[in-house]
Amino acid sequence: MSIVIRGAALPDGTQRDLFIDGGTYAREISGTPRHVIDAAGLLALPGLVDLHTHLREPGFEQSETVLSGSQAAAVGGFTAVFAMANTMPVGDTAGVVEQVHALGEAHGYVTVQPIGAVTVGLAGERLAEIGAMAQSRAAVRVFSDDGQCIHDSLLMRRSLEYVHTFDGVVAQHAQDPRLTIDAQMNEGVVSGELGLTGWPAVAEESIIARDALIAEHVGARLHICHVSTAGSVEVIAWAKARGIQITAEVTPHHLLLNEELVRGFDSRFKVNPPLRRDEDTHALRAGLAAGTIDIVATDHAPHPPEAKECAWAEAANGMVGLESALSVIQHAMVDPGHLTWTDVSRVLSVKPAQIGRIPGYETPFANGSPANLTIIDPNAKGEFTIDRLVGKGRNSPYIGMALPGRVIATIHNGYPTVIDGQLLDSESVAAYAKESRG
Amino acid sequence: MKHLLSTKDLTREQAVALLDIAEDMADVSNREVKKLPTLRGKTLVNLFFEDSTRTRVSFELAAKRLSADVITFSAKGSSVSKGESLKDTAQTLAAMGADAIVVRHPASGAPHVLAERGWTGAAIVNAGDGTHEHPTQALLDAFTMRKRIHGTAARGKALDGVSVAIVGDILHSRVARSNVWLLASLGASVHLVAPATLMPIGVAAWPSTVGYDLDGAIDARPEVLMMLRIQSERMNHAYFPNEREYARQWGLDDERVARLPVATMVMHPGPMNRGLEISSVAADSYRSTVLEQVASGVSVRMAVLYELLTGSLA
Repeated sequence: MSIVIRGAALPDGTQRDLFIDGGTYAREISGTPRHVIDAAGLLALPGLVDLHTHLREPGFEQSETVLSGSQAAAVGGFTAVFAMANTMPVGDTAGVVEQVHALGEAHGYVTVQPIGAVTVGLAGERLAEIGAMAQSRAAVRVFSDDGQCIHDSLLMRRSLEYVHTFDGVVAQHAQDPRLTIDAQMNEGVVSGELGLTGWPAVAEESIIARDALIAEHVGARLHICHVSTAGSVEVIAWAKARGIQITAEVTPHHLLLNEELVRGFDSRFKVNPPLRRDEDTHALRAGLAAGTIDIVATDHAPHPPEAKECAWAEAANGMVGLESALSVIQHAMVDPGHLTWTDVSRVLSVKPAQIGRIPGYETPFANGSPANLTIIDPNAKGEFTIDRLVGKGRNSPYIGMALPGRVIATIHNGYPTVIDGQLLDSESVAAYAKESRG
Repeated sequence: MKHLLSTKDLTREQAVALLDIAEDMADVSNREVKKLPTLRGKTLVNLFFEDSTRTRVSFELAAKRLSADVITFSAKGSSVSKGESLKDTAQTLAAMGADAIVVRHPASGAPHVLAERGWTGAAIVNAGDGTHEHPTQALLDAFTMRKRIHGTAARGKALDGVSVAIVGDILHSRVARSNVWLLASLGASVHLVAPATLMPIGVAAWPSTVGYDLDGAIDARPEVLMMLRIQSERMNHAYFPNEREYARQWGLDDERVARLPVATMVMHPGPMNRGLEISSVAADSYRSTVLEQVASGVSVRMAVLYELLTGSLA
């Protein structure tokens, strides 16, 4: 497989042709290329990496499968996703994570890197077989009980220590469960008016502060999932200044949307952690721009329609995010001048790959590096419409919203998954993937 | 008006007009034949996902006095309790030709969802949703206050300058929320009294003042003292130590009633916990508007149904 991309602008603003051969970037290619992509006026970004995706398979295939989620990722410009462990059965054994990994490899749209559960059944009681998952063919390095907070302090200490043993990182869902019983939305003026049980910022911030101090004490790495409050940004800045090995992610929706949207009781806006105040979105943008928050991760959470077509309190938490992430980041961060495209490459590709320990993303576009990239038209304008969603979930908060940018092509391990804005069919991609594995 | 979901959506003019229509409806209730043909041929569905005999009966009576056909759809023992969704229930009722749906639901916002998702074209009346709102209760409270203060000269008047203290579980009270927004629109000044555990975060942004001290609120000589019901389940979640302490600190006992100005009215949305938030002496005194509130409820609900189904107000 050989590809030539003509005239693309790179994130640093330079413009050049890109040559891809045998899965990696090359100085030139011999013979006629299989694909030639005219990228004049378009922008090439390193393949995006999502450290926080819910692919739902095994167990919840009516919501999403590894295949449908991989396709959603590819059209969003992603070439690697980390799949959360809250499946059925839970990804708490080598067998389950190897299955998810193998499905991802066979489908080939993106690299599917499973995340292992920290505790058996996500129950927060005893450690899962972390060593076995780390040494399995899935080579798990990120462990998380996402959806549940590891709230027992001693268990969190042991988790950090034990995961550290295998060069892994614990990704904590920071939510004090006692402070968030029946919580429905951010606690504040709006929750008081609407009579919806509040999810106070302190329930997130206190757990982050505690875990940062435990991580410091035991000398382990800690990653914080979906940071959502201004106070959390301050706590993380303090922890980093203290030299603690802490990294953090923010979702596109927490950067753009705020709690005022809950007023219409439209359950597309119900998510955990909840949408916060406008002040929080500004603090999160500033925190991401300053590097206090290391990366953007989608928390892509597909649900079937019936999980959302009901009263607010009965609706499931979560939004799909893979297909819209890059447009939202351009809208919230790039267009207003908070991030450059080089920064975007860092927060959506280089850094998440580094946190999750997947190789090949260290030096984007360098000759000899794996060719994972996406080509976008940053000048595209228009409404985000439902036909942009190619995963199974339709629970996007952005439908009907004007969002810039379109993914034109995505190339994973040197073969295309999206060309001319169109997803390639699954047989072709699976065949390319097989060919690339040799 | 298409729906009545929240008192927040009502302008002062709309609210006064509704209260004036309710005055006319009250006159009907005092006649020998307590019935108008106005809504003949219209179908009203009482859709109750939560038990509430009082509110359901009040709406039923209101609809019958306007000659509407009334169906009561109670969630207990129905398809709803067998897992039917709000969407399917709404579409079923729409297919049966319901003109108005009066909905009581344990989840805040459920009436909004019914009104705005296009599952039914019926007018939606919020008859209490979770801890969000109970707009007809606030309208009947305002109607009762206006009548006590102005008597037969009530028509056209708002509640400008009337001081109202609302005491109790503000956090979980849809009655308190609907009253705060409506009373503010009508020009009344509202003071909320509760322990901090039963006061919502963010209450400082409401159009009311806030305090913890019932005795101080009584010493301020309010014209209206509204006592809210304490739900027994609150006791189990450490909102306050026990009933005795609650009654001592925030109950309207005999000694506190005696200190109220002569003209102060005592309101309660019912059902009352006698001896907890209100003493029997207070509940049975001339000050108590509890039974007037029940009667006002029918008149106000007649006015709301009449307005939504015949549409005279903008």
